[in-house]
Amino acid sequence: MGENRVRALDSVSLAIQRGEFVAVQGSSGSGKSTLLNILGILDSADSGSYTLDDTRMDNLSHRQAAQYRNQFIGFVFQTFNLIHHKSAVENVALPLYYQGVTRRKRNAIAMQYLERVGLADRASHKPSELSGGQSQRVAIARALITKPALILADEPTGALDSQTSEQIMQLFKEVNREGRTVLMVTHEEDIAQRTKRVIHMRDGMVISDTASAEPVS
Amino acid sequence: MGIDLLQEIAQTLRTHKTRTALAVLTVAWGVFMLVLLLGAGRGIQNGVELQFRDDAVNSIRVYRGKTTIAHEGLPRGSRIRFDNEDYERVRSQGSEVDRITSRYYPGGSLTTSYNGQSSAYDIRAVHPDHLYLEKTLITQGRFINQIDLDNKRKVCVIGRRVKEVLFGDATALGEYIQIGDIAYRVVGIFRDDGGQREEETIYLPVTTAQLVYGAAQKINQLLYTVGDASYEQSKQSEEDTRQLFADRHGFSADDKRAIRIYNNLDEYKKITDLFFWIRVFVAVVGAGTVLTGILAVSNIMVISVAERRREIGIRKALGATPASITRLIVVESLILTSAAGYLGLLLSVGLLEILKRTVAENDYMYQPDVSTAVVVSVTLLVVFAGTLAGYLPARKAALINPVEALQTK
Repeated sequence: MGENRVRALDSVSLAIQRGEFVAVQGSSGSGKSTLLNILGILDSADSGSYTLDDTRMDNLSHRQAAQYRNQFIGFVFQTFNLIHHKSAVENVALPLYYQGVTRRKRNAIAMQYLERVGLADRASHKPSELSGGQSQRVAIARALITKPALILADEPTGALDSQTSEQIMQLFKEVNREGRTVLMVTHEEDIAQRTKRVIHMRDGMVISDTASAEPVS
Repeated sequence: MGIDLLQEIAQTLRTHKTRTALAVLTVAWGVFMLVLLLGAGRGIQNGVELQFRDDAVNSIRVYRGKTTIAHEGLPRGSRIRFDNEDYERVRSQGSEVDRITSRYYPGGSLTTSYNGQSSAYDIRAVHPDHLYLEKTLITQGRFINQIDLDNKRKVCVIGRRVKEVLFGDATALGEYIQIGDIAYRVVGIFRDDGGQREEETIYLPVTTAQLVYGAAQKINQLLYTVGDASYEQSKQSEEDTRQLFADRHGFSADDKRAIRIYNNLDEYKKITDLFFWIRVFVAVVGAGTVLTGILAVSNIMVISVAERRREIGIRKALGATPASITRLIVVESLILTSAAGYLGLLLSVGLLEILKRTVAENDYMYQPDVSTAVVVSVTLLVVFAGTLAGYLPARKAALINPVEALQTK
């Protein structure tokens, strides 16, 4: 980048408790994606520290970072990021492959999670044969399969129509109700208002951190 | 885990059928060509060696010459002449000498006739061992024997062409033919693969010819074989013989033209040396072809990694360690090249087997074959190269930053 170094994140201090449901809002360039990448151990901060589930996530080797991602975090992306040559059930099972779970066993577990998101009948379909909403539900099942402490969602409804978005948000709510921490980045106000806590970011800094207006059901 | 990895790879390979097929084809072709070339090279070598075996490969011929170096009172340009004593000395020289014969040419002016038919033929007066030195095949009767020599019998062995011209369809054995003024009884008829000219030859006992044509003890050439001697032993025998003649005739042993010695093994060695280099050339060309295949696989793996950037990003986000990504790509490359190498090996060895059975023994190709050592080393080469071909793209894949990879479309 040269001489014009930009601070993507500046003096961000955040504590998120187990079981919270948080939305991070901000325009593009506000630093919300960088924050998500650091929380997801996909990126590391130049300074400062990050503690996840009482474990320090600083100065990890690639190998350790990979293992922690697999163990602690479930990712949900705007563009689903399913592997196109794998069926729905194989996509859901993939994180367990990296835990050394046998094929038969992980596919059985994956079926349970597909059932949870209501897609058991689509198990053998390839992503190209699924609708956007179905794809995102497969992705959520994949994020849940390792029973992670933290679900990180990057604009999970960004590519979906409002009705499908509603279904996906319902799913996230259920996941949260089970006690899982969910943090999602979104630029949609109404989506953010469906969470319990909204963090606004601008120029790499947290400018507001408030409890959500919407009463929690 | 092992089977799981293979299933992961099988899925990728199935997804990219064209790419997989192309990679397999290039490597298989390379291995096929390499093994086929090596096999054919071996076949040609076998063919040539077979020819030499027919031709008394181990023969040494000694011819008369003129001195080119003055030595102990013998001036330059002196003619060296051979006689029976030379024959005896070489014969008793040592264990290397197996079969030995002298040759005496009574002269080209002699006319051979029978029953009014007459013609001029090559006449060679020889010892019984001559049979082995020239590939003389007796078709009727016998060759010259020791009793003929001892008793100086007036007998002859005639070539097939001589028989045809002089006798036509009539019986020749037991008949008398006239060579110059002397009548000889025909005791044998021979064939010779050396060609028509060889079959227009008449053999006489050397002792008889020397007596009858006034040659006294004179001979023209000495021919002998060295049995199972190695090339080095045969060269030594050549030197011993030269020394023997030098001692007796008083010329310098360094004078290569006082007598001329032709060692058939020299020719044989020239050919085998040539074949050695042909095989080196074949191996280099073949290995180059394999290398091209390997490069193609490496190239395909690079493309594969680039195309799967996003997939690799996803895998990393889901917890794939760099090592597991490397393993995935390297093993994929290894499977591709091994399968292709095996295919090429199978096809080429199969084709060589078919050639071995169908191509009859001929002068240019005999028993094309590859040794187990070749098969094993080709296999190892392919496995090694396959791993190497996969390693660089795999390293690259392992270092992919998942954040960036996930943004690629």
